[in-house]
This record gives sequence, structure tokens and C-alpha cells, in this order.
Amino acid sequence: MLKFDRFGIFCEPAGVYIDPWKPVEKAIITHAHSDHARWGSKHYLAHHDSIPIIKLRLGADISVQGLDYYETIDMNGVKISLHPAGHITGSAQVKMEHKGKVWVASGDYKLQNDNVSVPFEPIKCDHFVTESTFGLPIYNFPDPQIVHHDINAWWKTNNEQGKNSIIIGYALGKAQRILKHLDPSIGNIYTHGAVANINLRMPEKLILPDTRPAVEFIKKENAGSIIVAPPSAIGTPWLKRFEPFSLGICSGWMQLRGARRRRGGDRGFVLSDHCDWQQLNTAIKATGAENIYVTHGYKSIYAKWLRDEYKLNAVEVDTLYEGENIEENKPEENEQAEEVQ
Amino acid sequence: MKKFAELYTAIDETTKTNAKVDALVHYFSEADEKDAIWCVALLIGKKPKRTIKTAELKSWCMELAGIEEWLFEESYHVVGDLAETITLALPPSKERKDFSLHGTMDKIMSLDKVSEEEKREYVQTTWNLLSTPERFVFNKLTTGSFRIGVSQQLVIKALAKQFHLDENIVSHRLTGKWDPVNVTLKGLLFSDNKNDDHSKPYPFYLAYQLEVPAEELGDLNEWQVERKYDGIRGQIIIRDKQLFVWSRGEELITEKFPEFNSLLNSLPDGTVIDGEILPMKDGKPLPFHVMQTRTSRKNLSKKILEDAPLMMMCYDLLELEYNDLRNESMNMRRTKLENLLSEAYAKMKDLPLVISPVLECKDWDEVKSERLKARECLCEGLMLKRKDSVYEVGRRKGNWWKWKVDALTVDGVLIYAQKGHGRRANLYTDYTFAIWDGEQLVPFTKAYSGLTDKELLQVDNWIKKNTIDKFGPVRSVKAELVFEIAFEGIQPSPRHKSGIALRFPRIARWRTDKSPNEANTKNDLLQLIQSLKV
Repeated sequence: MLKFDRFGIFCEPAGVYIDPWKPVEKAIITHAHSDHARWGSKHYLAHHDSIPIIKLRLGADISVQGLDYYETIDMNGVKISLHPAGHITGSAQVKMEHKGKVWVASGDYKLQNDNVSVPFEPIKCDHFVTESTFGLPIYNFPDPQIVHHDINAWWKTNNEQGKNSIIIGYALGKAQRILKHLDPSIGNIYTHGAVANINLRMPEKLILPDTRPAVEFIKKENAGSIIVAPPSAIGTPWLKRFEPFSLGICSGWMQLRGARRRRGGDRGFVLSDHCDWQQLNTAIKATGAENIYVTHGYKSIYAKWLRDEYKLNAVEVDTLYEGENIEENKPEENEQAEEVQ
Repeated sequence: MKKFAELYTAIDETTKTNAKVDALVHYFSEADEKDAIWCVALLIGKKPKRTIKTAELKSWCMELAGIEEWLFEESYHVVGDLAETITLALPPSKERKDFSLHGTMDKIMSLDKVSEEEKREYVQTTWNLLSTPERFVFNKLTTGSFRIGVSQQLVIKALAKQFHLDENIVSHRLTGKWDPVNVTLKGLLFSDNKNDDHSKPYPFYLAYQLEVPAEELGDLNEWQVERKYDGIRGQIIIRDKQLFVWSRGEELITEKFPEFNSLLNSLPDGTVIDGEILPMKDGKPLPFHVMQTRTSRKNLSKKILEDAPLMMMCYDLLELEYNDLRNESMNMRRTKLENLLSEAYAKMKDLPLVISPVLECKDWDEVKSERLKARECLCEGLMLKRKDSVYEVGRRKGNWWKWKVDALTVDGVLIYAQKGHGRRANLYTDYTFAIWDGEQLVPFTKAYSGLTDKELLQVDNWIKKNTIDKFGPVRSVKAELVFEIAFEGIQPSPRHKSGIALRFPRIARWRTDKSPNEANTKNDLLQLIQSLKV
């Protein structure tokens, strides 16, 4: 039912693309990260909670239809519904049922509960499209509660030394997850413009601690604060006003010493909105799918593992999705930062 | 292990030297005595013999992780470090136990006497009781690849701070032969001078490259100008009728140089000479690769000794009749060295010692032209030493400068790339470069360092988009990017396709202004070899 062509993942009988990277007639968007929600398509379909962000990024005048989780629509006889993916707010797996066969395209997902997005639910299916950003056995993420505890402890230590803490995470998803678990009794919380911009568009049910915009930061009065900023802020003069500070980076890549050292942060926190090795294996087994399409990440290695270990029909598929990226600035965040300034 | 792993992590996470010293002081202030001496030994590079094969560690890890070799290898390739790959691939441990560092080291050292089964049992049980940082340190210790980002100088600084000692004293006490198994940290640091191990060398005084125009050093009469030879910097020590030869890396290398045995009869007891060990024939240095053919051999046959005879080019006299001369002026030490050597020549005509000649120059212009003669003298450049300078400890600025000749350069085309290790794991940073041989590009050197982090990312990105083919971990890329490669020496080498081999190649800069057809040719390099021949 699904085809992988030069526009994206195509559901031919329904005539709709999932996360196309080129403009198409109809597009279903799994989540609002810029490598999945791209510009130029005529009609978009996404979860209600994704729509404010998609409009922010692709324009307020786009044609976009919102769906709830589990709500089913019919497109040319294909039954289509969205299901929680647990990646970020509004992220969804796309379930497609046609002639007795079920396909699921999962976009990006994780099994950890982040207390921000609706947790991932496995869907029984015949064909499953999975990412493989951290599809190697060396990626075993720690319990997020421990990581959040470490972040607060680090902030507290910096606070006691009169230093600010700058914590780096994607503006959409990671930043809210970090904010949600900060302990406001330690000090003041500031947000970079790109983060503030996203926070404004979060659903009302998500309660975040009080934050102030970074432009209001006054050095003499606010020592010991924490500032939540996107990766594009690293190494820019924008950081200067917060000196002296300690720089912490939240990413799954922080599990590797090389990445930790190369990135030049003072601390690396292993916190990811993607699956680690165990989560991927658990999720795939839970779907019961016999046919697995492995996209962005260590796809050839992970597909081989699925064939060898679980005897599944696993193939690798080329896509333009990026997974978790801390090496280069994501264009989305640069644009955002400019909008705010 | 817990405290030691915390120390490791603290040092690893910072680039600030003060934070590193603080972490060390903190560790020394609360560590068990026996652990502390092991810590010092490991930090300054005294590693015990390896008792477990890395292949064994790998297979025990694969067993616990439930993965096959191909997947382990793929993971290793991404991580770039074996100890870390094992650490991360193992399932997270559920129980914890704190082992002492010295107990762990004793255990590891004793493993060469036990069966493979017993080794496996020990290692797997230990893995299951350690936290991730502890596991990493444990794996580094068992694979014998323990390294940490502190210089010996910082360890000395921390010890001096913690034990209220002078840094120079700490530095001297740490040199030479000692074994953490049978000495305590306090025993080592506070040992009575008389009981000091007689083999101990003095910490070497090292120079920085001159950063300013030579004229700015002032009056040339205050400076002694010598050549900077290209050999092995070392100290020859004669004490208690015994000979010790130490390299600058504080390796005891006496056995490698039987030529120096005769010095026991020609030099007085209580003598320490600082100099450069060089292959020399008829009073002239031979190229460095002659030395390499010798130092790599275990057995020194008569032929090898004849083909590559070694001598010491003497720079300095640090001890005479058991008196430490380091606080005397360079002038004084030089006079004493000259006298000592002429007395020794009187006793023995073919003495394997030569004094490093002082170059007599009228002015700085003459010094400059002497510097340019370095290559024809098979030297690296010049040394400038203040005549009234004392012999300091470690790398210092001010009184001694090295003034190396500019490196030779060649423009090569990037043709293969491989991922780096450690800090550069997961990035294509190890490159192979080619030069033109007629219409063909032939690989002629590899180079790893020299680009900025930003350039590395750009080139890495370019490589990923311009890969032609993959052979295992190696990618061949479009012949498009040109880099200037700097190097210190060049020799003909029949083993290489290009027919040449470079010494100390590194990337000088990315020539974004050049196209591949502007790169150098094999002929250019062969001509260079001819022109450098003496």
C-alpha cells in the first residue's frame, strides 16, 4: 500500500503522502519538526495539537485539517487514523487499513513517558515503518527521572556558585520536556525567543512553570538562573550576556564521549525524544508486524539485525528525515530566532 | 573505583586546568593511600602489563549483550573506542559494589596466571557490579589503554598543593623507576634524598617555539646558539658505577644503546648529561630513519650496530660528582661540560659523546642564515639559550627557545576518508591524500590533524555527499578538495605506491582556492628529495 518515491512516503490507494519533502496535493504530517513538516503542499492533515506549530512554520493561511487520536477518516476506501507516538506534542503514528491489511508509519517516536506528549501506543499491523536514529546496541538511555534529577542538581550547584545554567534542547519538544521537569524553587527560568514562541503554541492542558523571556535577563539581579535555548544558540554572542555560565546539552548523542567532548558543553545530559536500542526492539515486537521498513538512522545495520534476530522482512528505505541532529544548526530554529528578534 | 571514576569524569568534562587541578586535589585529599599511589602511577602513564586480550573482552561483552560480532564491530566503528563500546553495549548493571582501585589493579595484574574461564568469570561479574563511568574506567584499565586529559605537570601541581611541597621536588620524586605495588605516595614524595633511587633522571627542560622576531630577544651576546638535532632527547646517568639512559618520555632505554656501556670507564661517578641520541658516522649525523631501523629491533645484531652507530650530542651537564648543577648558569655548566668531555676523550679516543657545537654568529642575520641551513645539516632548526639561564623544569618560556625551520609543504587531493577516534568518532576526519603520477592520482600520505572543528564538520559533510564507494570503514570520494600538507622530512620508500614517505605529515590548510589539477606531482616530490640530499 505504501511506496517510497522521490516526494516522500506515498499511500497510493488513498492518494496521500506522509511527511513529503516536496510539495504534493495531500500530505499527512506525523509531527511538526521541520524535517517532517515541509512547505508547499496543497492540503495538510495532522493532529490538532500540531496545527498551531505547523501554521507558525508553514504559514497561517495553509489548508490544514485537524484530527484527534483514534478518529478515523476514509480516503478512497482507505481507513486512516492517527495514534500517539510519544515523540513530541501532537506527534502521531499514521495507521492505514485497506483490503484487510494494516500499515503503520510511525514518524519519530519513543517509549519513554515524557509527561508532555501522549505516550506511544503500539498498534497491531502487518507493515511497520520505523526510524532508526539510535538503532545500535550502544544506545541505552538512562531513566529520564534520573536525568531530570541530574539537571536540577547541576542547576542548583551552578546557582550556589553564582553561575547561570544554559540548557540546550530543541525548541519544539525537548525544551518543553526540560521546562516541565525543572524545579522552580532553585531560581528563575528564562527562555530563548525560539522556545518562547513554541511555548505560546502548546495546548492549554500542558502546564509549564513560569518563564521569562531571555531579553529581560539582567545580569546583576538574576545570577543563578537557568536559560532554556535551542542548539543554534551554541557558540553565538547571544550567550555572552549570561556569563558566567555552565552549558548543558540534552541529546541522545550525549551518550557518546566523543560527541560530548566535541560539542564543547560543560555537561551532557542523555535525554532523547527518540527510541534507544531496547525501545526500538520492544516497539517493533509489540506491533507484531512481519514487514519492517527502516528509515533515517542506522538503517542498514538495524534492518540486518531485524532480519537476523527476529526473522522479519526488514528493508532499509532512503528518506530525507534527519532524526536527532546536534552537529549543525537546524534551519527551523534560525528562522524562529530571527522572527523573534 | 567510584571515586577514581568520579575523578576521571571530572577531568574529562572540563578543559579548564584549574578545575582539573581542583579535582585532583580533592581526590588526593580523600583517597585511600594505596589507591592514591596507583592513581598517580596511572595518570603519569605507568601502565601495568596487559593480562587480558581485547578479543576476549569483546567476546565476553557480546555474550552478555546478546549480539553478534558484526553488530559489535558496527558499534565499535561508530563509537571509535573499544573500551567505550564495551561499556555501552553491555546491559546496564542492576547491582553496585565499590571496589578499591588498588585491589582492582592487583586483581587485573594477577590474571595472567589464571585460566581463561576464571578471567571471564572475574570480568563479567565485575561489569555487572559497576556503574557506567566505573565500567568505562575499568575497561580502559583492562585494555591497557588508560589515558586521561591531564599533563604530568598538572599532577605535579596538584600533589604539591595537597602535600605542601615544592613542584620541582615533586617532579623529581616522580621520575624514574618506582612501582605502585611496593611504594606509598607519602613514601615516594617524602623520601630522604640519600635513599633516592640512583637511576632517577632530572625532569627535562623543554623549550617553546620562538613566537617573535629573533631580534626582539635583544643582545645576541646574551644568547648561546646551537643546532636543534633530530634524534631522541635523553639523559645519560652514571651513578654508583651503573649506567642509565632515559628518554624524554621517561622510558629507561639503557639496553637499546650498548654503545654507552663504555662510558662507565670514562666518566666519573655522579654524572648526568642531557643531550640528543643520534645516529652518527664520521662526526656527522645520519638521517632519522636510520635510527628508526634500530630502535624498533629487539636484538641488536653486529650489522645493525655497524650500520646505525649511535652517539650522544651533548647539550648540558646537570650533575657532576653528585652535585646538582641545575641552578648554575648555562655558561658555567657549558664550561664544566667541555672540561668533562675533554678529560673523557683523554681516557678514550672513540668516546660515543660529542659536544653540541656553539654557532658563532656576529648578528641576528647570521643566526637567521644558520637556521636556513638546518635541513642540509639534518637538523630541525636552532636552539637559542640564554647564557645565564638555569636548567628549569618542564616546558617553559623565556630563557630557552627552539626556532625550527618552516615545514615543507605539498598540495594533495583528498581521495579516501575514514572516521576518527575518540573526540572525532563519528566524523570523517582521517584522510588519505594523493598526488599526480601522469594522469593518475596515487595516494602518498595520510593526515589526521590540522583542521579546525568547523572545517572538520564542513569536510565531513562534503564527504558524506560525495562518496563514490565504500570499502568497509573507508570511503573513496570525488577527487575535488585540495589540501596543503606540511611535513618535516621526506624519503624514498619503495613500499608506497607513490614511492615516497613523509615524516610528521599534517594538514596545513584547506586550499579552497585550488582545483585538483593544481595539486603537486610525484615528480615534484622526487625532485625535492634530490634537492635535500647533502
